[in-house]
Amino acid sequence: MSYWFRNDNRLPQGRLAVASYIIVGMIGVLLLGFWKLQVIDADKYTSMAERNRVREIPVIAPRGRMLDRDGRVLVDNRPAFSILLLRENPVLVEKYLPGIAEGLSLSIEDLREQLTNTKSLPKFQPIIIKPEASVADIAFIESHHSDIPVLEMISVSRRRYLPNGFLAHAVGYVGEVSEQQIEASNGKLRMGDFAGKFGLERQYNDILMGTDGKRRVIVNSIGKEVGPLPTQESIPGKQIQLTIDYDLQQMAEQSLGPRPGAVVALNPRTGEVLAMASHPSMDPNDFAVRISAEEWKNLNEDRQKPMLNRAIQAQLAPGSVFKIVTATAMLEDKVPPESFTTFCPGYATFYGRQFKCWVYGKSSHGVVGLHKAILESCDIFFYNVGMRLGIDRLSYYGSKLGIGHKTGIDLPSEEQGLMPSAEWVERVFHRKWYAGETISVSTGQGAVTTTPLQLARMIGGIAMGGVFKQPHLLKDAPNVGEERFALSEPTVEKITDAMYGVVNEEGGTARSIRLPGIEVSGKSGTAQVIGYATRDRVGKQKQFEDNAWFVGYAPRRNPEIVVSVLVQESGKHGGEAAGPVVRDVIKAYYDKKNKKTQGQYTTENKSDAPKKVPAPVAAIAPRAALKPESNSARVSSEGEQE
Amino acid sequence: MKDAPGTRDYDWWLLAILATICALGVLEIYSATKGSSLAGMHMKQVRWLLIGFVLMFALSRLDYHLILDQAPILYLIGLASLAAVLLVGHTHFGAKRWISVPVLGELVQVSELVKLIIIIVLARFFAEVRTDELDLRDLIKAGILVGIPLVLILKQPDLGTALVLMPMLAVGAFLAGLKWQHAAVFSLAGVLLVGAVFYPPVSRHLLKPYQRDRITSFLHPEEDAKGSGYQLLQSKIAVGSGGFWGKGFGNGSQNQLGYIPVRYSDFIMSAWAEEQGFKGVLLALGLYMALLLRLVQNAQRAKDRAGMFLVMGVAAALGFHVLVNVAMVIGAMPVTGIPLPLMSYGGSATLFVFLAIGLVMNVRLRRFVN
Repeated sequence: MSYWFRNDNRLPQGRLAVASYIIVGMIGVLLLGFWKLQVIDADKYTSMAERNRVREIPVIAPRGRMLDRDGRVLVDNRPAFSILLLRENPVLVEKYLPGIAEGLSLSIEDLREQLTNTKSLPKFQPIIIKPEASVADIAFIESHHSDIPVLEMISVSRRRYLPNGFLAHAVGYVGEVSEQQIEASNGKLRMGDFAGKFGLERQYNDILMGTDGKRRVIVNSIGKEVGPLPTQESIPGKQIQLTIDYDLQQMAEQSLGPRPGAVVALNPRTGEVLAMASHPSMDPNDFAVRISAEEWKNLNEDRQKPMLNRAIQAQLAPGSVFKIVTATAMLEDKVPPESFTTFCPGYATFYGRQFKCWVYGKSSHGVVGLHKAILESCDIFFYNVGMRLGIDRLSYYGSKLGIGHKTGIDLPSEEQGLMPSAEWVERVFHRKWYAGETISVSTGQGAVTTTPLQLARMIGGIAMGGVFKQPHLLKDAPNVGEERFALSEPTVEKITDAMYGVVNEEGGTARSIRLPGIEVSGKSGTAQVIGYATRDRVGKQKQFEDNAWFVGYAPRRNPEIVVSVLVQESGKHGGEAAGPVVRDVIKAYYDKKNKKTQGQYTTENKSDAPKKVPAPVAAIAPRAALKPESNSARVSSEGEQE
Repeated sequence: MKDAPGTRDYDWWLLAILATICALGVLEIYSATKGSSLAGMHMKQVRWLLIGFVLMFALSRLDYHLILDQAPILYLIGLASLAAVLLVGHTHFGAKRWISVPVLGELVQVSELVKLIIIIVLARFFAEVRTDELDLRDLIKAGILVGIPLVLILKQPDLGTALVLMPMLAVGAFLAGLKWQHAAVFSLAGVLLVGAVFYPPVSRHLLKPYQRDRITSFLHPEEDAKGSGYQLLQSKIAVGSGGFWGKGFGNGSQNQLGYIPVRYSDFIMSAWAEEQGFKGVLLALGLYMALLLRLVQNAQRAKDRAGMFLVMGVAAALGFHVLVNVAMVIGAMPVTGIPLPLMSYGGSATLFVFLAIGLVMNVRLRRFVN
């Protein structure tokens, strides 16, 4: 036996005791660690374990359809498939990513970038890697469903709009929600969701959009489904019915043709928008999936501005249509008196500057009174009237008739136009109003700008005796606003008679658009884009051609339809270029109405049987009808018409 | 010298604690693997446990002084087998740790055996130190004795096992009369080393890439999308979701659906904590504490310093295993690959523990003999 251990029983009892304390301390610290996880933070980890265990696959709710006033489908959905990447288990995602990229012909860099961008989102929320699966993609998914557990295919519904940009601007389009929209939605929207971005899709998004459901399954750690859980069904969006009349819209689109411009048709008695077209148009079907950044850039930078809804967003000089404002101010304020006449030699000089009439160089209007001035659109007469009225009166009436104010139509991004005033130049340019500017404004030139919708509302409202209904596109909209600006009966009578004359009397600027048996009335406008002096300098160029306006309505008093048409860069007179579009739409309206009256017309929607049609409104409404109280009563009794 | 240990001299309390911990382990291995391709693994573990018990009793019969006599030869055998592993060993999970032993028909993890040899070698070395205080020269000698196998194990690479050698050395030196100044200096060096491991510019030169990944993912588990950070997080989720009362035997979703990594082995505590809750953890850790305290008590009653060093070497190794494994399960330490003694599934590791306890029994049986 070796020597080394003999008699050596000096045990370090003190240090052994220390060892026991260390053991107790160590176990104590570990127990504290478990206490923290299992007692203090138990809830947090319980929910994390639950999210591990349960996979939620969204069940997309279809958006509501849009129907026209007769129940015809304007916007509906088509089925499609989206491919989702489930990200709960990053180990698996990493493992299968190359195979997924290859199988779905996606670039792996893009996939990685998408994963990086969505890092901050909860892991249990899948991301859409292919919004619109092709037949090959679907085949790939089906054949690999069991060996690639991080892919999921869901059926989605994509928006289907009418082709060729029909009604595109009013309807708008949907797109993937932006981060701002997600934040503003209080958790209702999530990344990758589609929501209305423009037009009615955006305005009525909350109605149209349903609530997505969830399919819930239990999954194991390698992503395999091992059992089902109760599914939460989706709630489809509600459909909305519009005031748009498909037939009128068709006519408006067709009649405007390829020319840039806009058409708005309203029922001034109710504010219902019957047609709204804006050209050039865009095809919202292109955005129904996912639009490439380049395409989007091209659309937005196109000089023709196809994304612009000209009906509510084009702010342009109204030209001679504004003479109705000047005439209203003159008759209401009796400045100058109603009997005022002037001589038109084709030009006149105000404040040392020469102003031309539109007939300058061709002929002259001779002695002109108010009626003839409106009929023949004599500039010289209105220059004189404007000079006598002054800018304060003009801007008061312009503003009261709606210029410079949004109409309140149920569409996002409406523009308000501009009614210049002394106060406005003071505020914006820090200078005094030049009296010479009043001369331009009195014929709708200078700084005054309006949208086609504003002019439709204004002319319709004046013909209604000063009742302005809020234009709207949602049928049976509750709380349709109404503004009243009481105009005296003689004023309304004289102005509507003159507008009737524009179309129907000798010398009127829009004689060519007369329709037998229909009292088409209206006012043309030809607005210069640049001044005469500038035009002489740059010569004749397409983009500086005059804008043609015509705002027409029928019948001449208490109209049931008012159509405002803008044709840009036409180079033609308003009555010539825009007038025929107004005529076509009004004719289509009456053709349809007469067919309905004769019982020949049936709508496509079976449940929506032809409704009771009100008796035709008398050609010249009784005076009493212009009084506000009886007026409102009459409008409500006609509610049956809808 | 007479050899007269009777059955009543065995530490029956220690055996009872041991058997209870093993039973918990077998139960949880059953729960973690039932219904999976690994089903039946608990029976394999039972087989290892039975072999372990036999080896333990066999080892306890052989006087530990005889074993200590052979320490130099054992040491050389240990080094030789480590070298053999590096040359002809089997690679599993990216590390050469296994060598096939024809008799057992299984691969044996050599480093487990080396742990046992180092306990014996250190006991022998410190028992030979005659002074009450450990001087620097002896300390350095002991360091070299441990250092050579440590480097060989690191080469495999097996950081976990290499680390276990450190507390054996530390505890041995402490009990051999380590001076407080030396203790302070070495603690400081230890802290600096740990700091270096966690400090990327330095760790780049010290650690293998997979080891650095583990450190990184331990420090920032949420950023680690693919590796051990995910494992640690899943383990914490399992433990935390167990709550105080647990989800019940066989009902842990993290366990049953396979979210816990190697749930039958290194992370078995995670599975246990999920299904049995804090109350179960209290039981398991209580048993481990009783086991370790019982070992210390055996050391206190040892006949001589050599016996005490043997027992405390075993206590150091087991205590370190428990600490590092359980701290990893609750996310307080990086993944190191150190199993939980007696509960984790594993042949070599189980045999090591039983042989080590065999040494302890050996010392106990001879406490009244002189």
